[in-house]
Amino acid sequence: MTEANVTTESGDDLKPPISQTGIIGWARHNLFNGWFNSVLTILILVAAWQLIPPIINWVFIDSVWNTTGAACQEVKGACWSVIPANLRLVVFGFYPAELQWRPLLAMIMLISLLLYSKNRNNWGKRLLIIWLFGLFLMGVLMRGGMFGLEPVESAKWSGLPLTLMLSFFGMVAAYPLGVVLALGRRSNLMGIRSLCVVYIEMIRGVPLISLLFMSSIMFPLFLPKDLNIDKILRAQVAIIIFAAAYIAEVVRGGLQAIDKGQYEAAESIGLNYYQTMRLVILPQALKIVIPPTVGILISTFKDTSLVVIIALYDMLNTSKSVLSNPEWMGSSSEVYIFVALIYFVFCYLMSSYSRRLEEELEYKTTD
Amino acid sequence: MVTQNQTNNSAPSEESIIRITNMHKWYGDFHVLKDINLDVKKGERIVICGPSGSGKSTMIRCINRLEEHQKGIIEVNGIQLTNDLKNIEKVRAEVGMVFQHFNLFPHLTIVENLTLGPIWVRKMPKKEAEELAMHYLEIVHIPEQAQKYPGQISGGQQQRVAIARSLCMKPEIMLFDEPTSALDPEMIKEVLDVMIELAEGGMTMLVVTHEMGFAKTVAHRVVFMDFGEIVETNEPYAFFDNPQHERTQLFLSQIL
Repeated sequence: MTEANVTTESGDDLKPPISQTGIIGWARHNLFNGWFNSVLTILILVAAWQLIPPIINWVFIDSVWNTTGAACQEVKGACWSVIPANLRLVVFGFYPAELQWRPLLAMIMLISLLLYSKNRNNWGKRLLIIWLFGLFLMGVLMRGGMFGLEPVESAKWSGLPLTLMLSFFGMVAAYPLGVVLALGRRSNLMGIRSLCVVYIEMIRGVPLISLLFMSSIMFPLFLPKDLNIDKILRAQVAIIIFAAAYIAEVVRGGLQAIDKGQYEAAESIGLNYYQTMRLVILPQALKIVIPPTVGILISTFKDTSLVVIIALYDMLNTSKSVLSNPEWMGSSSEVYIFVALIYFVFCYLMSSYSRRLEEELEYKTTD
Repeated sequence: MVTQNQTNNSAPSEESIIRITNMHKWYGDFHVLKDINLDVKKGERIVICGPSGSGKSTMIRCINRLEEHQKGIIEVNGIQLTNDLKNIEKVRAEVGMVFQHFNLFPHLTIVENLTLGPIWVRKMPKKEAEELAMHYLEIVHIPEQAQKYPGQISGGQQQRVAIARSLCMKPEIMLFDEPTSALDPEMIKEVLDVMIELAEGGMTMLVVTHEMGFAKTVAHRVVFMDFGEIVETNEPYAFFDNPQHERTQLFLSQIL
């Protein structure tokens, strides 16, 4: 019998050479490996040296935070005073000042409901009821005319509440509509399929601006004279049908990624079409397309700013109206940076939540 | 692998449960199934073999209408398969199917995979469905995996879960479409063992497989298909020891 060649003692662990680890090792590996990368690194360092100090000066050191508009003319840096002085106008627009606690409360409700819904353990029938009740309350708060609240016509709804409303309802309504359209486009029934194809291709073929124009100018021409549909509602519908077309195509991509065997397995245990879709196919397909779906939701959120062109005062438009005040002329950078920050915060929250959701829904493949 | 003739003593009844008469199927212009006639008795176990592309999988997929036939009659448990969706759903609830690639639902746990059919098709309360699921997981010897996801268990275990998933619908008939072809060699036995136990319980089974040992010990009849036709049908020993048709002889000489 021959001896098997087996290592009996384990070798001692050695530390890697010092030049390969630590900050020096890292920098050599990533910043200075080869002349091209070394030149790039140096160029970028020089550019940063030139750019960053002036930006810091402008934002923090030379800036003023709490002055009048006139004082701002003398300052070299940013005039952040424009924000606190006009916060009311930027955020609430033309909603009556003495009643602005109502949109504020409505926004707080919306955001806390969204935060509550983040946790998937809370998803269920109860959540749906809470949402319906919450939405009703928010509507009452915005509109008034009930429970002794003074009515406020929708023409005065503006600023951040309008932006949140257009984008929230836009996303919430467009998503299921998009899923239905995607299923329709893959239907075996010729009529349904062509209807969905025509819808998707037509809506995707025109810019949102033209849809908004149609909703605000053309659509009323076809309505009877005394029937007046709210302008915000018309813009809302335009946003919904626009976003739904894009979501439909993304969802279709997800449906195509599902193996035929999944349909066959579901059918072979006797599930019907709706059960197969709801229980087996969609949960997998929608999970696959979370990243592109969130991309569309984020762009829907930002696209609501296009309602400027049909003279709705969303947050971007109310901030523009701040700049038309002679006292604050010349502070446009500060105002736009502030508005951009608000947009960024909401978009970033959506994006980070979607990443978390993706992780939670990841199928376990190891122990 | 298994003691011979171990399970052949349970004879099928006289009553037919599947009746396929003059059945044809085309894919476009391609004639995949030609004049299929097959009568399966209740409790009978049939192994279907043949070269790849001979139409054996297509034939058993016609039995629960995963494939549509264009001509002839298929009758399952007294229900004729037509375009009527109600009939198709009724047949599917009574015919279990096990696939080559398992086709478990990766987003659901093992026990959720099993309870899906009972809860949504049989309208069973969740609690009862879970008990049923655990019962069948014990039958396939993996109750301890109930809370895992399909991606966490081995291929052989997945295929046994797939068998249990079908059994949860309490089917009259089980169809197996190459159940061991996608498995690593060391896992084939555990799946075949479960199938043998199922056979001992008197289940009507149609099995497409290349496992000739299984055919010899378990089948009442072996059906050989080639080019979309049933070429030869015989009892296993006669089939293997004394094949009649030259195409059968050629096929057996290639695989044995």
